[in-house]
This record gives sequence, C-alpha cells and structure tokens, in this order.
Amino acid sequence: MRPARQRIDVYFLKLIFKNVFRAKLRSSLTIIGLVIAIMAFGLLQTVVDAWFAGANASSAARMVTRNAISLVFPMPSYYRDRIKAVPGVKAVAHSQWFGGIYIEPKNFFPQFAVDHENFFEMYPEFLMTPEELLAFKRDRQGAVVGRKLADQFGWKVGDVVPIRGTIFPGEWRFTIRAIFDGKDETTITRQFYFQWEYINEYLKKRFPRRADQIGVFNIEVTDPGRIADIAKAVDAEFKNSLAETLTETEKAFQLGFVAQSEAIVVAIRVVSFVVVFIIMAVVANTMAMTARERLAEYATLKALGFSPKFVAALVYGEALMLSSIGAGIGILLTLPVASGFANSPAGAIFAAFKVSSDTVLMQMACALVVGLVAALVPGWRSARIRIVDGLRHVG
Amino acid sequence: MKVPFSYVFRNLWTRKLTTMLTAGGMGLVVFVFAAVLMLDAGLKKTMVGTGSYDNVVFIRKAAETEIQSGVSREQASLIESLPQVARDRDGTAMVSKESVVLISLTKRGQDKGSNIVTRGLPPMGLTLRPQVKITQGRMFRPGSSEIVIGRNVFEEFEGVAIGQSLRFAQRDWLVVGTFDGGKSAFDSEVWGDCEQLMQAFRRTGFSSTIVRLADSNSFDALSKAVAAEVRFTVEGKREQLFYEDQSRALSTFISILGTVLSVIFSLGAMIGAAITMYSAVATRTAEIGTLRALGFRRPSILAAFLTESLLLSLVGGIAGLVFASFLQVLTISTLNFQSFSQLAFGFVLTPKIVVQTLIFSLIMGFVGGFLPAFKASRMKIVDSLRAA
Repeated sequence: MRPARQRIDVYFLKLIFKNVFRAKLRSSLTIIGLVIAIMAFGLLQTVVDAWFAGANASSAARMVTRNAISLVFPMPSYYRDRIKAVPGVKAVAHSQWFGGIYIEPKNFFPQFAVDHENFFEMYPEFLMTPEELLAFKRDRQGAVVGRKLADQFGWKVGDVVPIRGTIFPGEWRFTIRAIFDGKDETTITRQFYFQWEYINEYLKKRFPRRADQIGVFNIEVTDPGRIADIAKAVDAEFKNSLAETLTETEKAFQLGFVAQSEAIVVAIRVVSFVVVFIIMAVVANTMAMTARERLAEYATLKALGFSPKFVAALVYGEALMLSSIGAGIGILLTLPVASGFANSPAGAIFAAFKVSSDTVLMQMACALVVGLVAALVPGWRSARIRIVDGLRHVG
Repeated sequence: MKVPFSYVFRNLWTRKLTTMLTAGGMGLVVFVFAAVLMLDAGLKKTMVGTGSYDNVVFIRKAAETEIQSGVSREQASLIESLPQVARDRDGTAMVSKESVVLISLTKRGQDKGSNIVTRGLPPMGLTLRPQVKITQGRMFRPGSSEIVIGRNVFEEFEGVAIGQSLRFAQRDWLVVGTFDGGKSAFDSEVWGDCEQLMQAFRRTGFSSTIVRLADSNSFDALSKAVAAEVRFTVEGKREQLFYEDQSRALSTFISILGTVLSVIFSLGAMIGAAITMYSAVATRTAEIGTLRALGFRRPSILAAFLTESLLLSLVGGIAGLVFASFLQVLTISTLNFQSFSQLAFGFVLTPKIVVQTLIFSLIMGFVGGFLPAFKASRMKIVDSLRAA
C-alpha cells in the first residue's frame, strides 16, 4: 500500500499548488502583501535589535563606574588610583561624554574624551595599527574614529574635524590620527575618541572648578567570574564620599540606556506584530473567498468518498503554501533591503543594523501562524459542508 | 442614473466574513496611523503646556538644555536688573534662578535607573509656573531638604511616596508632597529648594534663569540688551519655544517612524481591499451585465464599486479610530534624547487627527478599489451576461 499512498501525496501537493494559482491575480496580490508584511516585520525586529547593539558589543571582563546620582555627575580624577588598588582590578581607563555638534545637530555621533594612554589597550576589539595608535597618543588634538563613521563623512587620516562643544563651550578642532575597524560584526565603529587631556587643559585655564573631573571609569577585571564582588568592592571604596559610585558590568551599563527608552522598544515590538495581524486578515480573507467559491468542488470531492479531513487538509495546505511562498520571498528580500538601509544616511543613526538568525526564524514562525489561522474558519466550513448544500451552492 | 446606495451596502452585508476581515485589516493600519499622530500631538501638547509665552529661559550660549548649561550668579543678577523684566507688587523682579540636575530613580517593575530632572527653584519659580498645583501633602519649605514629586514620577517610580526619603548628594531628601503640572513636562520632575540643592551638589552657579517679561512684546528688546553686554555668555528663548525645541528630536523620530510604518502597512491593507473588490467584481459579473442592460451607465457602475470600497475603508477607519481613542488613558514615559531625562506624555486625539485619519482610510479604499471598479465598468454587456 505504501507506494500508492505516496502517489496520493504527490498528487495532493500538485492539487494544492494548482489551486493556489487558479485565481492568479488574487494569489499574486496576496503574495505581494505577504512579502511586504514579512519584510516589514523582519526590519522592525532588526530595529529593536539595533537598540541592543551596545549591550551585545560589551565584554564580560569590563565594568563601568559612574557617579551614583546619575551619569551627568562627574567623579574626581584621583578616584582612578584608588580603583586601581582594588583587588581584582587589572586596568583602569576613563572616558567623558563630549556631546558636541559636527556642523549641525543632525550629524549626531557619540564623542568621548578618553584616557589616551590606557583606553585602547582595554578595547582590543578596535583594530588599528600600532603606528596609528602611537600617532594618536603623541598628538594632543589627535582623534581616533571608527570605520563606519569615517566612511559616513568621508574622513581620512590627517583630516581636521571641527566640533562645536555644548557641554564644553567653544569650537574644538581635532586631527584624525587613526581609523579603527571592528574585530567582528558586533563591534560598533561609529564613535569618535580624542584625548581627555585636551579638554582638561582647557578647563584648567578657563573653568578650574570643572577640571580634573571624570565622567565614567572603564575597568578591566582579572577574573570575569568575580566581577560582581569586584564591583561591590569598588563602590565600597567611595561609600559616604562626596561622589558615591555605582559600578556595573559593561553590559548592564549599556542596558541601562535601553531601559530608559523601553517604551519606544515596546511600541516598535507591538507594531511589528500588528503588521502580522494585518496580513493575517488579508490572507484569511483570500482563503475565505477561495473556499466559498469552491464549495461545490469540495462537496464533489466528498461525494466521491474523500473524507472531511482531506477537504480540510486541502484548505490548510493551500493557505500554508501561499504563506510560505510569500514569506520565502519576503525573507530573501529582507537581507538586501536591510543592508541597503544600513548603508544609507538614514541607517547611519544605528550603530549596527544586521538581520539576526532569530529574526529569520521569527519570520518563518509568523508565516506558519498566518497560514494556519487563515485556514481556520474556511477549513472548518469546507469540511463540514453537507454534500447536497455544497453541490447546490453558487459562488 | 445612479446605482442605489442600498445595493452597495447590501453587497457588503451579505459577505460578512470578507467584509469584516478586509475592514479589520484596514482598521489595524488606521489604528497605527492614528496612534502615531496622537502620540506626537500628546508630546507637543505636553511641551507647549510646559512653557508660558511671557516667560523667557536663559541658558549658556551653545548649550541646548538646562543640564548642559551654566549661568553664574553675576550673570543672573545682571539679568535681574534689566528693565524688561516684570516686577511684582513688592517691586521684586520676577526672576527664578534655578539649578537643574539629573538623578537616577528606579521605575516600578524595572531594575535599572532612569534619569529624572530635579529642579531647585526659589519661591518665585512657583509664581512663574501658575499651572503647577499641589495635589497631596504640601509644598517644600524654602531652605529645607524637602522635595515635592511630579505626578508622573509619583505614579511610575519607586520610593517616592510622601514620608519616604530619597538619598543623594550625601543627604536625605524628605518627600512632603506631590504636584500636578497640568500635563506639562514638570509632571516628570522632582522639585526642591534651589539653594539647598546647590549646596548639596557643591555648585556655585545656576543652570538657568527664567524671567517674566514686563510686556509680552519686549522679548526682542530683552534679547538685544543681553546681546549687547559682553559679560553675558547666555542666550534667552521664550519658554514655550524652549520646551518645544527640547522635544524636537523625539517628535521627529516619532513622526518619521510612524509615517514610514503607516505607508508600508497601508500597502498591505490596500492589497486586501483590492483582493476583496476584485473578487466582488468577479462573482457579480452577471449582475453587472444586468445592471448595464437595465440602463445604468459605465460611470454609475464605476461609482457603485468605488463607493463599496470607500464604505469598506470607512468602516475600517472608524473602527481603528474608536480603538485608538482608548489609547488616551495611557501615558508613555521614555527617554528624551535631547534632555537625557525621562519625559512622560500621553496620546491626544484632536479633531484634526480624526479628519486626517478618515481621509487616510478613504485614500486606502480609493486606491484599493479603483482598478477593480474600473474593470467592472469596462465590461461588455453581452460578455458579462453570458458569464453567468
């Protein structure tokens, strides 16, 4: 009996395939709708992922220490030596958010004034030649920029970049001494680094009260397994001082930013599922119309002795095939569209914009659910149709 | 001769499942479209409601927010002495010198801190913001380590009930009351005494200085006076504009994201409408032939099918709008990128949005229904009658 059954399966698939393309215009429109929806879903999920890019790029062996009140409060620079003395701390560097404007505010990119001696030793994922790094260390006005940022503005090593300070007033000029690449795709290369000493020297002259202040300390630990204890030890060091500290892993620090804008992330997530519901309604409609038109056919099949299950399977098969074709094209198109967007000026606001394998899996799952739900009512109706009613039915 | 409206209506009524699914798809798109417009309107309303037109905010030149800014005591006194500044009955200049910092508080249900604007202000600061009312407890006493909590902070954050204390800057700050800022950005702030906060944070200068104009039209004169004095490295902006500028990036972000999404989603819904209408035309070929044979002209047929599609989209549009209107009970609190602090705002449904949304849904119906309706109107009488 086996071969016979297999033949039926082949015919069954063939029948479904023929059914899908019987109403060509309707099927193609439905498929186009599916392609758009599945692609939109994938891109929205990628936008959400991009939000977490900073957290994903973080290292398990690094911590960040900031003022416990909030990030806008600095800490005295002498904290550095005391942190270094805490057991388990391997290296300490510091960085300060600069928040300047390059030509106009819409050209936003993150700028950090960093401890030029130690900072890049702690970040091996930023790849640059030792000569370039040395050139940066020797130039008080030198800057190190990420590849993506350099490409965006067409900067080369040796270019002078003027930046208007908002927190640190004045017109600042930096000379690009090094351009770094990322070690792998999770590394973010959209930052602009320069020497903290440069602004500190200026502050010492103009605003002595604001000099020798640090935004955050970056700490590397010897043993990532003990990172929580080391963080506690660092904070204990400054308990009841003028600037109490809060030390957390780099990942937790980055997730702190995500948490602050969580409402937006939630909204985008919700909306990405709304598009799936929209397409579900469209496909369900297509299936309802198809099944209604074919009631007489289904009744005939039943009259020939096919079971209600077989008829329902036909409807389900058709819906699933329709949704798989649409989703397949949608998924294939998501990748080029995403990379096209990432390379466009609008995509530059995202530190990283890459479609993850989870996103593709979710797209597939959505297609499956859409197909199954769309066939629910029509499948049930077709399976239950009484032969006499079905044969009498006129679409 | 026009095809009767009841014919159009009944066609939709007989195919309830299809009508419901198509209108439902459109309704979801309309829901997203309306929600985005409402959110943007809510954000604007919050920011405009925060500032009053006759108040001017002075911050350091090149600074964009109060957090980045610094105004020295000398500069603040100079501003105070300008003739364009209003005086109250006692002759005191209506000037509020304020200190603004960010503190990190924890939202309910989260374990990470969010930045909250903490504003230190003198009694005059309260006079300049008449929309702010104490709802529970009392106002902080000048010269004490007491604070009052804005409505949204009170509702969304932990540890800010009356009688509790917040610890920052080596002091305990007792919560003595909550205030309602009339749906303004102040609802997302914590207020305390300016001098106390400055002492605690070891600050010598203010963050900003807010003045009431003696005459609403004297803003230009005031700006000129400030620009002429070299000791001023500050810039003034009307308070309303100042707060509007603070949320510009967030507002742009919401509207761009929303517009892009609405356009993409509407493609899906228009395809849905087209499918429904094509099928309606196909199954009613004989009917169309009969109508033509009865003497209905081609334009009437076109109008009938287009009306059907427009009616479908209108049903979807109204359904989407009704569901979107429920969003008005929600408040969204998120990070304002520019001020780097939490800002709470709601969804606001305005008559303009209702009109925009309905027009949007009718456009979807028109685009989705035009080709099928056109096809119906081009049918030849003989062929269509034979099709049955």
